Amino acid sequence: MTLRFDIPEENFADILVKAFTNRSFLTGFVITALVAAVAIVSFFWTPFDVTRLIIADKTQAPSPVHWFGTDHFGRDIFSMIMVGARNSIAVALVAVGIGMGVGVPLGALAAARGGVVDEAVMRLNDLVFAFPALLSAIMITAIFGPGALNAIIAIGIFNIPVFARVARAGALAIWPREFILAARAAGKGKALITMEHVLPNIVTLLLVQGTVQFALGILAEAGLSYVGLGTQPPMPSWGRMLFDAQTRMVAAPWMAIFPGMAIVVTVLGLNLLGDGIADILDPKSRRQR
Amino acid sequence: MTAYLLKRLAIALITLVLASMVVFAVLEIIPGDPARLMLGMNASADQVELLRNQMGLNAPLALRYLHWAGGLLSLDFGRSYTYSVPVIDLVRERIVVSLPLALIALALSTIIAIPVGLFSAGRHGRAGDTIAMGAAQLGVAVPNFWFALMLIYLFAVWLRLVPAGGFPGWSAGVWVALKSLVLPAIALALPQAAILARVTRSALIEVLNEDYIRTARAKGLPFRAVLWRHALRNAMIPVLTILGLQFAFLLAGTIIIENVFYLPGLGRLVFQAITQRDLIVVESVVMLLVAAVIAVNLLVDLSYAVVDPRLRSRQ
Amino acid sequence: MSLLEIEKLSLTIGDTPILSDVELSVAPGEVMGLVGESGSGKSITALTVMRLLPWAARASGRIAFDGIDILAASEDQMCALRGDDIGMVFQEPMTALNPVKTIGEQVAEGIRWHTRASRADAEDRARKMLDRVGLPSAQFPLSRYPHELSGGQRQRVVIAIACALKPKLLIADEPTTALDVVLQAQILDLLRDLVAENRMGLLLISHDLAVVTEMADRITILRHGEVMEAGDTARTLSEQRHPYTRQLAQASMHVPARARTHEVGQDDPLLQAAKPLLQVERVTRDYPGRRKSLLKRAAPTRAVDDVSFSIDPGQSVALVGRSGCGKSTLARMILALDGPTSGTIRFRGEVITGKSEAELKPARRDMQVVFQDPYGSFDPRQKVEKLVAEPLHVLEKKPTNAERREMVAKALHEVGLGPRDMDKYPHEFSGGQRQRLSIARAIITRPKLVVADEPVSALDVSIRAQILDLFAELNQKLGVAYLFITHDLTVARAITDQVMIMHAGKIVERGRTSRVLDHPQSEAAKALVAAAPDLHRAIARRLQEQG
Repeated sequence: MTLRFDIPEENFADILVKAFTNRSFLTGFVITALVAAVAIVSFFWTPFDVTRLIIADKTQAPSPVHWFGTDHFGRDIFSMIMVGARNSIAVALVAVGIGMGVGVPLGALAAARGGVVDEAVMRLNDLVFAFPALLSAIMITAIFGPGALNAIIAIGIFNIPVFARVARAGALAIWPREFILAARAAGKGKALITMEHVLPNIVTLLLVQGTVQFALGILAEAGLSYVGLGTQPPMPSWGRMLFDAQTRMVAAPWMAIFPGMAIVVTVLGLNLLGDGIADILDPKSRRQR
Repeated sequence: MTAYLLKRLAIALITLVLASMVVFAVLEIIPGDPARLMLGMNASADQVELLRNQMGLNAPLALRYLHWAGGLLSLDFGRSYTYSVPVIDLVRERIVVSLPLALIALALSTIIAIPVGLFSAGRHGRAGDTIAMGAAQLGVAVPNFWFALMLIYLFAVWLRLVPAGGFPGWSAGVWVALKSLVLPAIALALPQAAILARVTRSALIEVLNEDYIRTARAKGLPFRAVLWRHALRNAMIPVLTILGLQFAFLLAGTIIIENVFYLPGLGRLVFQAITQRDLIVVESVVMLLVAAVIAVNLLVDLSYAVVDPRLRSRQ
Repeated sequence: MSLLEIEKLSLTIGDTPILSDVELSVAPGEVMGLVGESGSGKSITALTVMRLLPWAARASGRIAFDGIDILAASEDQMCALRGDDIGMVFQEPMTALNPVKTIGEQVAEGIRWHTRASRADAEDRARKMLDRVGLPSAQFPLSRYPHELSGGQRQRVVIAIACALKPKLLIADEPTTALDVVLQAQILDLLRDLVAENRMGLLLISHDLAVVTEMADRITILRHGEVMEAGDTARTLSEQRHPYTRQLAQASMHVPARARTHEVGQDDPLLQAAKPLLQVERVTRDYPGRRKSLLKRAAPTRAVDDVSFSIDPGQSVALVGRSGCGKSTLARMILALDGPTSGTIRFRGEVITGKSEAELKPARRDMQVVFQDPYGSFDPRQKVEKLVAEPLHVLEKKPTNAERREMVAKALHEVGLGPRDMDKYPHEFSGGQRQRLSIARAIITRPKLVVADEPVSALDVSIRAQILDLFAELNQKLGVAYLFITHDLTVARAITDQVMIMHAGKIVERGRTSRVLDHPQSEAAKALVAAAPDLHRAIARRLQEQG
């Protein structure tokens, strides 16, 4: 597939002004920053200790003391959501890191070399794409047992071909441009051109894809933990909290509602951020406004 | 045209073979001794040796792979260790739940998404578009299993319209069986529909900026006719790509959703097999799902050629 | 009575004024030329008549078409007019047709929509129309897809769509700008005939005065959204009363002053002994044919076919040919960006074909390039200093930062830019300035040869004249040799000593520029010369016709 996009031609200051007048970006940025802040605060302080089980306080409805209620072990759900944020972000971030770290060089290499190398990279992509994140997680857990690390690896592996594809498509759109020919006429090699001209021009594409994969990573981690293949108790995680809530839906619906809302808000924030970045940096969308 | 078809077919076959090697490697080589893994640490050496013989683990690696792969081709997936029945029987029993579920969900998502995408693209930047895309943005962010829980709470616990879970089997009557698939299908479809609607809209908007749209307008076609006759077909390629990817996600999604609704499908089978360390079932079902994903991607590649005449004449 | 009457048309997009008080009329059967440089508002004027403007555009004034008030008409009324009474042809034939529909469907679509004809009848009429525009059914059945046609053929399909229902008014917006001169002449002939046959009014929009002069009865000259001058074509252009009209006309015919022309080489046997700078010896370049099936491949296409020539130091040579004749492929091989299938290229006596990038470094120092697109040839993420300094990469000894800035400043000065421009980004420059940057980049290593691929064809005429002057000046000052790749004979005439005519991969004629262009010998050269629009000639012909 070919990809067409215009390279934005603006200074950093212009972009900043636009960013903070863009509704999507601003909302997404605020939400994401808030979630990140909550995760950081949870290292130092939570309203209640999430490792202490107080059976006397079990399944309490939301109240001024326990804002989001308590779970079946009497733990404060708000505190658990705070700690869970840390966990979700960590898993998704590392998974995106793996995807970018391996996928982008592969995609850039495929675009620069073409021919057999390109073909090999693309076939490798097809292969990984045949294993959706959950399937690879299943295989990994079948051997190594469940755990957060395995979830990270499974999601990360699935991210590799995504970034490889985006990087390759972006780079293929840059290579035929005249400024690349000019660099070649100046005697620059493919590696140097990739570093100096190609990658800087596809950074925005990668950034947008990064936020999308980050959001997907949070969803995937929640899913894996929900079926017991991801983060293991007693470490609180949003997916695991939902699993615990399932059998108690009638008695304690708040146990299901709040962790789910946490996921929705976080993913929404990241997606808005990604949309915002795409809006700001893509001159085509500007033309239509 | 034929060159394109043959190339895609060849790629699909190569991918399939490579995927089978990966599955085999991960599940039969990495564990060292699969028999020991399946039986656990408490099993005696004799028990392990018995299973090793049963599974043919004492044969050379290449031979084992060929034997396994040959079995897959002749639909002989081996015998489940925990159920003591041929895996193919388990698969046959479960696929009649999973496949209809995935197909209903895919159909539902397409039926919702394409009209919404057309509606939004036609009103680009206006109130209707903003509302529809706001809803889609929210839909993308909702995890399907949580959405499923909320649906159960609303429709099964409160309104008691449909069962909260379980599957009565097709023998209980098509309508009754379908009824128990309604909530799972909706839970699977809506988040996917949200993604697809966004992709459809942005593909359409990009196409609407093309020169040939202006040519069509200059012919005197009203905007609506241009949208349907000229824009939609050109926007199909990205939409088809996403549809293909979504099928993979839906298949994977069924694994979780079947667990939420206690549906006896392939997902639940593979999930239980993991907890019971029944590697034979795991590798067969994983391979089956992977094959399905590859087959759908091949179909998507072929449908590109139907949509785009340029692919038919190029290689 | 006029067919189209535009009165006091003003238009804004957002807060930006685009047109102010534009007046224009077209009578039935009349050809009105609308001329202006980029950004003058000529395309927007056309789109306003069609009411195909972007959402944010607000128009005021009056447009009357055949008694209908266009600006007040409902969308339904406009749909009835578009394609039926007003047809439109666009600039870019490569993208103007829907790639997934056959040409038959696309021509028949408008016919069916407006006349409610049956599919068979509509296809019948579409067939006749395609025959009329020069796409006979034997080679171009209705079932052809756009990608199977060339640019010129596609433009014929677009014209067939626009004229299928014999509209009263045809609007053609730069209909030939994307085509080479020979195709341009053919398409203009076709338009002229269709207009005469059906007594259509034609609003011909173009940046090219020569084209408009050949075609139009009257012209309107637009600048920054305002009408500068309007009137009878021949009189307006021969009298050149308005200063802007004069400026445009003179820029179109501009020939840079060149004190010393370089007359060595083949025409001058005495100097044959001088060592040539560039020698191209029997160079051929094949591209592998399309794969037809898994095992079969079509025969390879020969883009460049056994080409030999040489260029002396300081000589300015034009390589002229129609699009697709292989001239750009040849240029890429000379620049060692692509290797020939066979043959050798020597630069300063050394073979540069089949060499590694490291071995090429000394050659690259003395050989630079200027590209066509002033927008695409700079990395938008880098500042001018880095961009202009890029060729310094090939220097033996890397300059220090201070040395580098000095070199860049000097190169910028030489092309008429200031040292302050070093810290700007390319988007802060206009098209003409960017082409100056491009030239600065090309001369920073003091090369012996600059290959320029259509360096002025994307520029407006007034800017083009300035850039040609700059090329001429640098040729004198630095003694640099040029290889100009162009399809535009006026450019070749303006600044080159020698011309090579390329056709179907071969060089078919070479000689002194004035001799080849005034007395072409080969068929290809004759065709090019005959088709090339020439303002002098066009005005003379017009005056003669009018007596």
